[in-house]
Amino acid sequence: MSVAILRQGDYLIASIQVDLSDSQVLELRDELSERIGRVRARGLIIDVAALDVIDSFVARSLGSIAITARLRGAETVITGIEPDVAIAMVQFDLDLAPLRTALDLDEALSLLDRLTQGAGEDEA
Amino acid sequence: MNQEDQSHEDPSPQMPEVDRSLLHELVAYLRDNRTELREEWVARITQAQLLGVMTPEEIFSEVTAVYDNYVDALETGSIETLQAYARDLSERIIPRGVETHEVLGIVLLLRDVLARALFVEYQRDADLLNRILDAYEPAANRIAVTVSVSFVEERERVIREQQEAIRELSTPVLQVRDRLLILPIIGVLDSARARQLTEQLLGAIQANRAKVVVIDITGVATIDLTVANHLVQTVEAARLMGASAIITGLSSKIAQTLVDLGVDLSMMRTVGDLQGGLEEAERLIGHRPTAKGSRPDAAAP
Repeated sequence: MSVAILRQGDYLIASIQVDLSDSQVLELRDELSERIGRVRARGLIIDVAALDVIDSFVARSLGSIAITARLRGAETVITGIEPDVAIAMVQFDLDLAPLRTALDLDEALSLLDRLTQGAGEDEA
Repeated sequence: MNQEDQSHEDPSPQMPEVDRSLLHELVAYLRDNRTELREEWVARITQAQLLGVMTPEEIFSEVTAVYDNYVDALETGSIETLQAYARDLSERIIPRGVETHEVLGIVLLLRDVLARALFVEYQRDADLLNRILDAYEPAANRIAVTVSVSFVEERERVIREQQEAIRELSTPVLQVRDRLLILPIIGVLDSARARQLTEQLLGAIQANRAKVVVIDITGVATIDLTVANHLVQTVEAARLMGASAIITGLSSKIAQTLVDLGVDLSMMRTVGDLQGGLEEAERLIGHRPTAKGSRPDAAAP
């Protein structure tokens, strides 16, 4: 597995360090989904700060990871999207609404804290 | 222009021997009569009222340099020196308001002055005159093209630089307080500017760790579909980076246009004016500091 998945309290943190092939992305999705159930995680952070490129497949997969994670009981926050990557992503014409984002790991953690304590709010 | 430049460039290196020797003769002639021809040229320039912004002394000194470069270029067939000089000259005279037609005019005048002098010199021998002109004309035309193209290119470079400078100036990203940026947009939004604006905004979000950005478009009169979609994409890209964007100051005309164009505004959080936008921003940063405020379900009002 080319992505290190760390556990921090109730949260899992997956830090993607290298460009992933399509099959590796799917592998990551399955691995995360399985781990969330196993450790009963309530939140998932995916850090993509090291990526210079996020293609449409990866972007779509991040969305499906977020949805899968929610079904398994964890909220997902994507963090570390670079400006160029953000510009490219909004041009894919994908529905990125399922992706919750934060500027960095700190932000992502406090966002997850709010999401998981806030009794749902209007976000879920 | 470029094509012409190239088609002129090719034949010169392998110019036939006859033409070479003729060219040498003609160059020698032009050197011998340098003073008169130069004066004749200056007189014609003055007469045609070209280069009005320059003093006669300046004209004379530039004319001397151009003349010598011109003759050198005729002799060697290499236009590089002349090209460099033309660029340098353009750089000096463009800020003073010299127009393209003036530059073209003076180059063509020199060509005419020299052609006429050659005509006078060799008119006794029609055959020789023909061959001299055969050697002279392509070289002279090529030089004229080179000088004009250099001038135009220099102008275009200056214009590009100025456009760049205006763009830089026209989209300041201001930090109002910790983690809150304002981007006031004034003037015409075209897609180049919209794109550049997006890049600047996203860079600033990253650099300042911004949580909320207020994009104020009070100063924008009209908007078209491309730009509207750009704006939507900017908001979405800002969100991907973890910042909420608030659009303020949509005029009723623009609001109407956006509705008519059918732009998907579900992702846009809009507030009437800048003041309201800042209040909303404070609220987002303050007690409900959520980074994904522009999600559709939260984007209601």
